[in-house]
Amino acid sequence: MSEKIAISVDDLTVAYNYKPVLWDIDLSIPEGVLMAIVGPNGAGKSTLIKSILDIIKPIAGSVKIFGKPYKKQHEHVAYVPQKGSVDWDFPTTALDVVMMGTYGSLGWIKRPGQKQKKAALEALEKVGMLEFKSRQISQLSGGQQQRIFLARALVQNSSIYLMDEPFQGVDATTEKAIINILKELRKAGKTVIVVHHDLQTVPEYFDWVTFLNVKKIATGPVKDIFNDDNLTKTYGINYKVSIQQ
Amino acid sequence: MSLEEYFSLVFSDYTLRTITLGTAVLGAICGMLGSFAVLRKQSLLGDAISHAALPGIAIAFLISGAKNSNTLLIGALISGLIGTFWIRGIVKKTHLKSDTALGLILSLFFGFGMLLLTFIQKMPNANQAGLDKYLFGQAATLVESDVWLMCIITGISLIVLLTFWKEFKILLFDIDYTKSLGFNTRFLDILITSFIVVAIVIGLQTVGVVLMSAMLLAPAAAARQWTNSLGTMIFLAAIFGAFSGVLGTAVSASSNNLSTGPVIVLIAAAFVVLSFIFSPGRGLLFREIRYWKNRNDLQLHKTLAFMFNIAKNHEDISHPHAVKILNNFQGYTKRSLKKLENREYITVSGSMWSLTKKGYKKATNLYNQQEETDD
Repeated sequence: MSEKIAISVDDLTVAYNYKPVLWDIDLSIPEGVLMAIVGPNGAGKSTLIKSILDIIKPIAGSVKIFGKPYKKQHEHVAYVPQKGSVDWDFPTTALDVVMMGTYGSLGWIKRPGQKQKKAALEALEKVGMLEFKSRQISQLSGGQQQRIFLARALVQNSSIYLMDEPFQGVDATTEKAIINILKELRKAGKTVIVVHHDLQTVPEYFDWVTFLNVKKIATGPVKDIFNDDNLTKTYGINYKVSIQQ
Repeated sequence: MSLEEYFSLVFSDYTLRTITLGTAVLGAICGMLGSFAVLRKQSLLGDAISHAALPGIAIAFLISGAKNSNTLLIGALISGLIGTFWIRGIVKKTHLKSDTALGLILSLFFGFGMLLLTFIQKMPNANQAGLDKYLFGQAATLVESDVWLMCIITGISLIVLLTFWKEFKILLFDIDYTKSLGFNTRFLDILITSFIVVAIVIGLQTVGVVLMSAMLLAPAAAARQWTNSLGTMIFLAAIFGAFSGVLGTAVSASSNNLSTGPVIVLIAAAFVVLSFIFSPGRGLLFREIRYWKNRNDLQLHKTLAFMFNIAKNHEDISHPHAVKILNNFQGYTKRSLKKLENREYITVSGSMWSLTKKGYKKATNLYNQQEETDD
């Protein structure tokens, strides 16, 4: 492939308490794809994302972002964690959370100013949440909270976006709104990687897919590898989905 | 001494002034740093650290042979820190959950500390008397240098807090995201934990090992009820803590034999109870009132919506209709009609009702709102 490689994962193995969660993963993700990571519960999807982000230390293997370790490249990567990973009763507003997306480029100690606030407001507008900017975050619905997380990542204006189940618990309208933003990101040449659960929508939403179940089953363009054979290998049972091409 | 006497003496009497200032500053720093413990869901950490400090006090006494409070506090600081790092180590290296690790270290260190205290009490050394004041604290032993130390530590932690405000805020909210932005979360974590340990250690003399964690948690828990902003919460927690200190000292000084530490803690607890009941946003009282009012409104809105559906089919929205046709609908009572009339949504004459312009507008808005929230 002639394209630039955005993320390369090399022999990655991660274990919690001696139980391997990811086993010897090799992965090359070309720049500019909109990729789904699919697999059953406990397949290590979130762990793979967190290992790429250097949040979890692997017992073997390495991850490179545009050819360099994550530590040197963190300003090129934006992360959308699972919605349930934070306490939404934290005393802060929607705008404040989105502003956190600017903290990385600010670096230590420096405070966000007007420029950062403007960027955060723009991101809020992009996800259709501008009118909720002063809302206490616990008073937002699940879908709105997810949009806030997305806006926080958008503010980072990175080249790579890693998202952990951004469609979890959102209604159809929000799902459409989010996928439109993801497609826009891809159009702008960004690499977007999404942990995804709804196999039915994979061909419609994504152009690249990785099947994962502790080991990597397959990775490549959706039109080439999204088939019953790989689904069965990943999910264990005879898993058939109707694929509309 | 009565409370009035206390407040007239507090500015002139050296001892009273020192103790009052000391407990106020202590309350403020504990409230401030306690907010972090509460928001990180590490409420028990303070309890474990304060209990872990006890053997350090005993060992420092055994080594120095004197009851110099600064030496003892350094001992407390060291064993408190050791306890903290053991807790972190246990959680990291074993399968045990953090509450188990906290409980384990708490009882282990406290048991060892009590053992050393009984050993010291049996020693032929006249000096040992009063070491057990660290169990429940004794504010009366505070001297001016102690208060200065508290002020300096409060000042330093305030400067650190303001310097790393943005980093602490994001760490408290979302630690994984903070890591992904390239911040050293380990450094931030150790920084904040160290300050909590220091705050606990300087409070031991006043409030004691056993009750110290309440000083951290109570003002923060009370403050959370009143605000949805992190800055305001920390500020309020400091104020609540300081007031608990002053009021506690006042109450205990004005009635003999009441130990200061427990009184301060009880007053801090009173702040919590009052906040849980009376705070406007999250308090139980207002929540009940809102709930009750909402139910009432809902009943009226149901009736109004039903009337709207009848009235909108007529050219003239105020066309009178018989009250009877509402009978099919269970939301209607004489009282609810009266209430709707009082709000000028309808007019009632005899057995007929008609919607007013205001009522029509209100009902239309009800529908719009519903559509908005359904979206």
